[in-house]
Amino acid sequence: MQAPVVGVLALQGAFALHVRALERLGSVAVEVRTPPELAGVDGLVLPGGESTTMSKLLDANGLFEPVAERLAEGMPALGTCAGMILLAREVLDGRADQRSFGAVDITVRRNAFGRQVDSFEADLEVAGLPEAPVHAVFIRAPVVEDVGPGVEVLAQVDGGRPVACRQGRVLVTSFHPELSPDLRVHELFLRELAA
Amino acid sequence: MADQFTEGLVARETGTQLVKRGLAEMLKGGVIMDVVDPEQARIAEDAGAVAVMALERVPSDIRRDGGVARMSDPEMIEGIKAVTTVPVMAKARIGHFVEAQILQALGVDYVDESEVLTPADETHHIDKWAFTVPFVCGATNLGEALRRISEGACMIRSKGEAGTGNIVEAVRHLRTILGDIRKVTQADSAELFDWAKRLQAPLPLVQEIAETGTLPVPLFCAGGIATPADAALVMQLGAEAVFVGSGIFKSDDPATRAKAIVEATTNFRDADILAKVSRGLGPAMPGLEIGSLDTKLADRGW
Repeated sequence: MQAPVVGVLALQGAFALHVRALERLGSVAVEVRTPPELAGVDGLVLPGGESTTMSKLLDANGLFEPVAERLAEGMPALGTCAGMILLAREVLDGRADQRSFGAVDITVRRNAFGRQVDSFEADLEVAGLPEAPVHAVFIRAPVVEDVGPGVEVLAQVDGGRPVACRQGRVLVTSFHPELSPDLRVHELFLRELAA
Repeated sequence: MADQFTEGLVARETGTQLVKRGLAEMLKGGVIMDVVDPEQARIAEDAGAVAVMALERVPSDIRRDGGVARMSDPEMIEGIKAVTTVPVMAKARIGHFVEAQILQALGVDYVDESEVLTPADETHHIDKWAFTVPFVCGATNLGEALRRISEGACMIRSKGEAGTGNIVEAVRHLRTILGDIRKVTQADSAELFDWAKRLQAPLPLVQEIAETGTLPVPLFCAGGIATPADAALVMQLGAEAVFVGSGIFKSDDPATRAKAIVEATTNFRDADILAKVSRGLGPAMPGLEIGSLDTKLADRGW
């Protein structure tokens, strides 16, 4: 069987770090900016960056509808920070014209922890990764405020604010696994992709 | 969930290098736009800016007006913060650590220790390790970039020649920085001592570059970007994001030009898209020949 090809949405943001993380795990990772590039991938990573910018560029590059179709067909996806916002059903404190895919039944609040001076690192227990806490980096991070049925909460901070969730084959985190040498969140996603 | 995470706040560290450099990583592939009021900030965000730089006058006006250019009025910065959802940056004078303290207290997301403002100290830059807010600094060459990083800068940008609409200086700075990085990676371990001496930069940073082949922090481009083609040029040369100062709001149709520069920065290798977004933008800002300038802002900083 051929190794799956992982696409990384490369419109803006920390896409190069995701490519590096996936390649370290032995995956084939490609940057996705156009519909033909999307057509060649088996799963998609939506990186951190500015969700408002990415939402506009998804439209400008004609990618919004094709990505939405692939997600509806069950394509595995990993969304980190801005990527979580793009995959959410509802976005709070966003822009009125901001679009999201609704692939995970969650309501997400942008910049929920404050401004950059409040950005932080913390150790988190993540369900499915029992060996050791995940060292998580939160940068102007969103938080999940409401979780629909069928959504599994994988990690929380501050007395029950969800920061990692999974629904079906889509995994989302408020934090940035691509900034840390700990590649276990990417491994979780790759396991989903191989399943 | 473990109990420790369901009671009170999770133990957290703020202001770390990872957190500071991390925000720069999130801005990659994007356009940071200079704005002087909330209306411009709205236009910038509508166009897809990843961040805005709040300042009282864009560089071309600072250049025209002369006099001492200082940090912007906090009220003006707060007015811009109030209408934007993307990160807000602001400029402090080189060496003016109190302006930086004020900007940090205002909650700006990044401080630009900028040669566009009149320097406050002719010898010392700000000790940026002392701050929780991250800093970006300008550089014209690799040694300058590494000195700024050793002082705690978490993002480097080319200086270019701000307010000219002329890309030639930014190209020179990017080629100098990236060309020297390529040469350092070819040097043997003994030659690295000489490189550190010539660059007037800390040896450990030079050794790190020899190993990784890249700056330890993101390298963005600023100074003279006026068109989508300018943005794509510096991205192809190796910049990881772009700052646009006077180039947008000194052009005839800022909203359209801003959007075009955003799309060009994402699709910087795709000439068909660049051709499409370069059409019908109206006149760009009037440019200036570098040889005709009385003051070269890029010479500020040490």
